[in-house]
Amino acid sequence: MQAFTRFTGVAVPIDLPNVDTDRVIPARFLRKPQGSAGYDRFLFHDVRFDADGSEKPEFVLNQAPYRSATIVVAAENFGCGSSREAAVWALMAYGIRVVIAPSLGDIFHQNCFKNGLLPVILPAEVVAGLRRQLHARPGVTMTADLESQTVSAPDGGARHFEIEAFARQMLLTGQDEIALTLGYDARIRDFEARHRVEMPWVPTR
Amino acid sequence: MPLTMFDKVWARHVVAEGPGGQTLLYVDRHLLHEGSAAAFARLRRAGRRVRRPELCVATADHYVLTSPGTPAADAEIGTMIDALSTHTAEQGIALFGPGDARRGIVHVIGPEQGLTLPGMLLVCGDSHTATHGALGALAFGIGSSEVEHVLATQTLWQCKPRTMRVTVDGRLDPGVAAKDVILAIIATLGAGGGVGYALEYAGAVVRVMSIGERATVCNMSIEAGARCGMVEPDATTFAYLEGRPFAPRGEAWTQAMAYWRSLPSDAGAVFDREVRLDGAAIAPTVTWGTSPQDALPITGRVPDPAAIAEAGRRQSVERALAYMGLAPGMALTDIAVDRVFIGSCTNSRLEDLQAAAAVVRGRRATIPAWVVPGSGLVKAAAEAEGIDRVFREAGFEWREAGCSMCVGMNGETAREGERVASTSNRNFEGRQGKGARTHLMSPAMAAAAAVTGRLTDVRTLGG
Repeated sequence: MQAFTRFTGVAVPIDLPNVDTDRVIPARFLRKPQGSAGYDRFLFHDVRFDADGSEKPEFVLNQAPYRSATIVVAAENFGCGSSREAAVWALMAYGIRVVIAPSLGDIFHQNCFKNGLLPVILPAEVVAGLRRQLHARPGVTMTADLESQTVSAPDGGARHFEIEAFARQMLLTGQDEIALTLGYDARIRDFEARHRVEMPWVPTR
Repeated sequence: MPLTMFDKVWARHVVAEGPGGQTLLYVDRHLLHEGSAAAFARLRRAGRRVRRPELCVATADHYVLTSPGTPAADAEIGTMIDALSTHTAEQGIALFGPGDARRGIVHVIGPEQGLTLPGMLLVCGDSHTATHGALGALAFGIGSSEVEHVLATQTLWQCKPRTMRVTVDGRLDPGVAAKDVILAIIATLGAGGGVGYALEYAGAVVRVMSIGERATVCNMSIEAGARCGMVEPDATTFAYLEGRPFAPRGEAWTQAMAYWRSLPSDAGAVFDREVRLDGAAIAPTVTWGTSPQDALPITGRVPDPAAIAEAGRRQSVERALAYMGLAPGMALTDIAVDRVFIGSCTNSRLEDLQAAAAVVRGRRATIPAWVVPGSGLVKAAAEAEGIDRVFREAGFEWREAGCSMCVGMNGETAREGERVASTSNRNFEGRQGKGARTHLMSPAMAAAAAVTGRLTDVRTLGG
């Protein structure tokens, strides 16, 4: 996994609440292997492109100041719906490394951690304020610092955010989580021995 | 200290408390489908094996065509199905593949086979995994990386969610179904209201529900933002499970029952949040917008954005109405429908097909309508009752089992601009095909829409 420490980039406001992962990447692209050619174009495909592949000018990522965006500042419940991890893969293929929102879909939130995309949860009024700043100064940059757990707003204000300590450590080191868990093998074996006695009726097969 | 059912099942599966408040949980059952291909491929590249293949079961549902006799829509889709066969064979995992009568939607076959049992921890790389909570399992959807992690370690790192009990009191009026109950719950909580929570559904309405009805309710927990939702096991649960192919027998059954009976939340157990609904106030419900929270009684009208003060919400409703091609204030029953889909992990069980058939009997579909059973066994059981004939004679298409037009991954989608009355779980933009417009409802309501060609209050159709 890609490690995450500190990142500065152009931030794009996405004002719509409840952006679902079907919108982030439509189902028909899920059979394309992660990282295959043109994967970045799958991101928001059906709201970003017309049937002939031309850009819809009204979509925010098609507007000049936001084309190079690498940070998304979203509204509540961004990434809700389907568990498709391809939503994170498409965001990252486009270059997005940080998603800031008042809340995120639970599965999407976990998927971010597993891929080195930093999810930042801040109070709704703070995030709304950030989006207003981004609208007022299109193309402005922001910085997310995982070491200090702060986000720097365009107006220079710094905001502290909370993050699960375990996920933070994994992101900072870019460690392979499976390798870490395999280090618990003795504990897992002990559990299995105990569990077989307590719940011997769990069907195998 | 009194415990919730969720706390009890969670505690039973703790392998280790990790650094930073995360818990390593043991997984009793891992369900897989074609979408698991990427996780298998990464596992193989890392040179890792599946730790407990005997705790995995796979089925082909998302990518299989449901038109009889045709295995895949194109080569790329065929590759997804073949990959599942290859990976499961390599790793020694049981597969209900094409040609197996037990094949079906992963969330239908788990309970049907007795692979899902109360008090079990079950995961699947699909957000509708909470369905299995209908039997009192702690079941939740996971992403592809988590699928790979479970394959390699049979465990998963999780932060303990908060708990919420949703109590539905009273009784439902005739014509009101489990689907209406969960749509009303989602409308109450909002699409993000359950984020960070594990739900327990309780109350008199839930108590008298069949396992299939509880499955419909638990299935859509994720549409309120919650990864898992569960119902305490009771006599209905035990009667449902006894004799299922993978359910325990004899001494094992007795031992399991002792644990299962201990699962219900203790009197005085404290939930982080409590929500109550009056079952008698729930009417047949349909969605009008592009989020499952956009649900209203069929007797209602399309909302008027001009009446919404909050700007964000107003814009969101405006956008939904533009996508859905609806005018503010129009009666929901004036909305004409182009196509009907009866199926999905929400509503494709035998009783769903029975409920739809009861409406259809003696009538004719006036628009294209599909019935897609949840599994090969559901299909066979329905045919044994003659339900397939009721649908066929009414002009419905009777198809093979699969996810089909709920998600369209197999290529079965509605056309651009087409309006679909659907028993599935998501009315997101483009969910049933690019530009397709989805209205969610119960099987009986979808059947009524097929007969009249518009959204219809099934209670007005009469016998």
